[in-house]
Amino acid sequence: MTTTTSTAIVPGQLSATTLLRFATAGSVDDGKSTLVGRLLHDSKSVLADQLEAVERVSRTRGQDGPDLALLTDGLRAEREQGITIDVAYRYFATPRRRFILADTPGHVQYTRNMVTGASTAQLAVVLVDARNGVVEQTRRHAAVAALLRVPHVVLAVNKMDLVDYAEPDFAAIAEEFTGYAASLGVPEVTAIPISALAGDNVVEPSAHMDWYGGPTVLEHLETVRVGHDLAGPAQPAGSAPGPARFPVQYVIRPQSAEHPDYRGYAGQIASGLLRVGESVTVLPSGRTTTISAIDALGEPVEAAWAPQSVTLRLADDLDVSRGDLIAPTASAPAVTQDVLATVCHLHERPLTVGERVLLRHGTRTVKAIVKELPYRIDLSQGLAHHSAPVALEVNDIGAVRLRTAEPLPLDSYADSRQTGSFLLIDPADGTTLTAGMAGEAFAQRAGGPVAAPDGWDF
Amino acid sequence: MTATVEQTGTAGSPYALTHLDVLESEAVHIMREVAGEFERPVLLFSGGKDSIVMLHLAVKAFWPAAVPFPLLHVDTGHNFPEVLDFRDRTVAEHGLRLHVASVQEYIDAGRLRERPDGTRNPLQTLPLTEAIQRHRFDAVFGGGRRDEEKARAKERVFSLRDEFSQWDPRRQRPELWSLYNGRHAPGEHVRVFPLSNWTELDVWQYIARERIPLPSIYFAHEREVFRRAGMWLTPGEWGGPGDGERVETRRVRYRTVGDMSCTGAVDSDAADLDAVIAEIAASRLTERGATRADDKLSEAAMEDRKREGYF
Repeated sequence: MTTTTSTAIVPGQLSATTLLRFATAGSVDDGKSTLVGRLLHDSKSVLADQLEAVERVSRTRGQDGPDLALLTDGLRAEREQGITIDVAYRYFATPRRRFILADTPGHVQYTRNMVTGASTAQLAVVLVDARNGVVEQTRRHAAVAALLRVPHVVLAVNKMDLVDYAEPDFAAIAEEFTGYAASLGVPEVTAIPISALAGDNVVEPSAHMDWYGGPTVLEHLETVRVGHDLAGPAQPAGSAPGPARFPVQYVIRPQSAEHPDYRGYAGQIASGLLRVGESVTVLPSGRTTTISAIDALGEPVEAAWAPQSVTLRLADDLDVSRGDLIAPTASAPAVTQDVLATVCHLHERPLTVGERVLLRHGTRTVKAIVKELPYRIDLSQGLAHHSAPVALEVNDIGAVRLRTAEPLPLDSYADSRQTGSFLLIDPADGTTLTAGMAGEAFAQRAGGPVAAPDGWDF
Repeated sequence: MTATVEQTGTAGSPYALTHLDVLESEAVHIMREVAGEFERPVLLFSGGKDSIVMLHLAVKAFWPAAVPFPLLHVDTGHNFPEVLDFRDRTVAEHGLRLHVASVQEYIDAGRLRERPDGTRNPLQTLPLTEAIQRHRFDAVFGGGRRDEEKARAKERVFSLRDEFSQWDPRRQRPELWSLYNGRHAPGEHVRVFPLSNWTELDVWQYIARERIPLPSIYFAHEREVFRRAGMWLTPGEWGGPGDGERVETRRVRYRTVGDMSCTGAVDSDAADLDAVIAEIAASRLTERGATRADDKLSEAAMEDRKREGYF
């Protein structure tokens, strides 16, 4: 039997489509599943057999039309309980862009899922019900997007059909939300009035809201500027790249007849841009050398940038191994054993002072001890800070002070989402306990720490 | 392959990468994490397009060194001969080591029993699990994609399995940023899915971009087939056609390749990659919906098989 080899493909077919990762967040009845279903359905990403399955289930439940929410309703355990228990990833494409959607549930107890979904998102869609406006959950979603430094935030004011498509209702909600988001340091909010059920302004422009001249949700998703974090979330996309960071994953040494002396350091550029000839420092050792070559998966290149996976070769024969970080000498991060970070606790087992954990940063895992829990932030009560909580429970957001067994080249999360983030892991069973972001919680905090209304636990 | 710089106005940054560049980089990152963190990884290789793409990525990830792990194929005994041929040639070309776990041997030894419908896909779990234990593999690369099926949509990139290979959706670890936690207890292993974020179309576009050779049955050809459960199946020793099932010659191709007893061909004139990509872009059925009888068994079929240790 013969092997068929590819024929050349016309360039137009592989047009340079970019990728956007985004997350959705909404309260229980805000219509988030319907919005996601609508995006998938109207962008023709739902195929006939999937739709048929949804129609079949909708019929057996006695519903008239297909319930688009069922498209995103994955596991049997969830269907039985009628809730979404985890982050589900959805994929769709338009001729302009490929999308990865992290569909996260809106329940109070699932803050951790939203944090998980937002950690990789370049954009977050926060949904509100036009009849209810900004509610506690909305503030929580905005806070998570701000905390995770998601570069773009969209406010989708849903169910406009139920408020007669009235502009003042939309404008009031948009103003309140934008003000709150700004106080959290969110640089930019795009507010869009929609009806996910009726299809207004999701994919197709609404025929009922002449007063709105902005993009539909999909148009915005297709055109929003993304630079794959290259510029860093604090800077506008497309501006000069931030400092380069290269966590070493693996040392490539073929020791073959063809490549007897090849020694390359494989990794994915976490941020910024690296060039051949650049002077770099290897951390935590602090030794300096020069990049002598960059191999981009088999091809030599002069420069490479985030998020490319490449292999670096260095001019000097240094002792470099997995877990090290290579950075330009001019902008290398400081190393530290004392870490102050904002965390989201992910596990049912609470995090307490004195606990011994593993800290995973980049490609390095070190031992660490929890020295102090300075405060817990109550996302539902205007970011009230409860000082020195006994423990951080699952879904709690708070501050943690850690001491690590070895020095770490840790960036501030505000400067680099990839190299400012870390995980805390239970050394006994490997459970992922906590997600950490080095530095202060919000770009610009709304006032200093304040006592909680019921704050006797200081 | 060098990254293609996106220059169009709407994409924003001149440093934006194409979606294939980003997906490739992510998959390579995942494979290197496994090579760096685990003692004994293995890559599941069937000769199907997803596993071929995984192997291609592995070759690029560790260039110019050899791929630092062996391959494992669970042979149902009903695999397409063209695909087995292709598998063996690929293994020889790259100088790799291939382990084969044989469902037929388990049936011959009386350790597995043939199902009444002749489908062998569900029988793969035991040989796979025992091969993993015998060789003490601690990380197992699979070609699963989250776009394939609803239960897969919630699967992690690093998916922890117990000593019975079972998957517990509630024991899944949250995965944040690009930090993958591969810690596991002795006897447990981690299934790793580097193509998690790829769609069927991405896979085909990448095959075209990289000019990756594929088994011939992915492209349109004349074949004797018969109709069963809404699919075109290939006659063979595995048990078809049955009474009343008429064999005819049609122009078909395969969108997935698996066990012959439950992998259907689709009517197609797509004889080359351009035509296949055009066909998929216009398709109104998902890959599994069109070609996999085993997923149609029940709505929760995939979830159940994953819990039991299937891929």
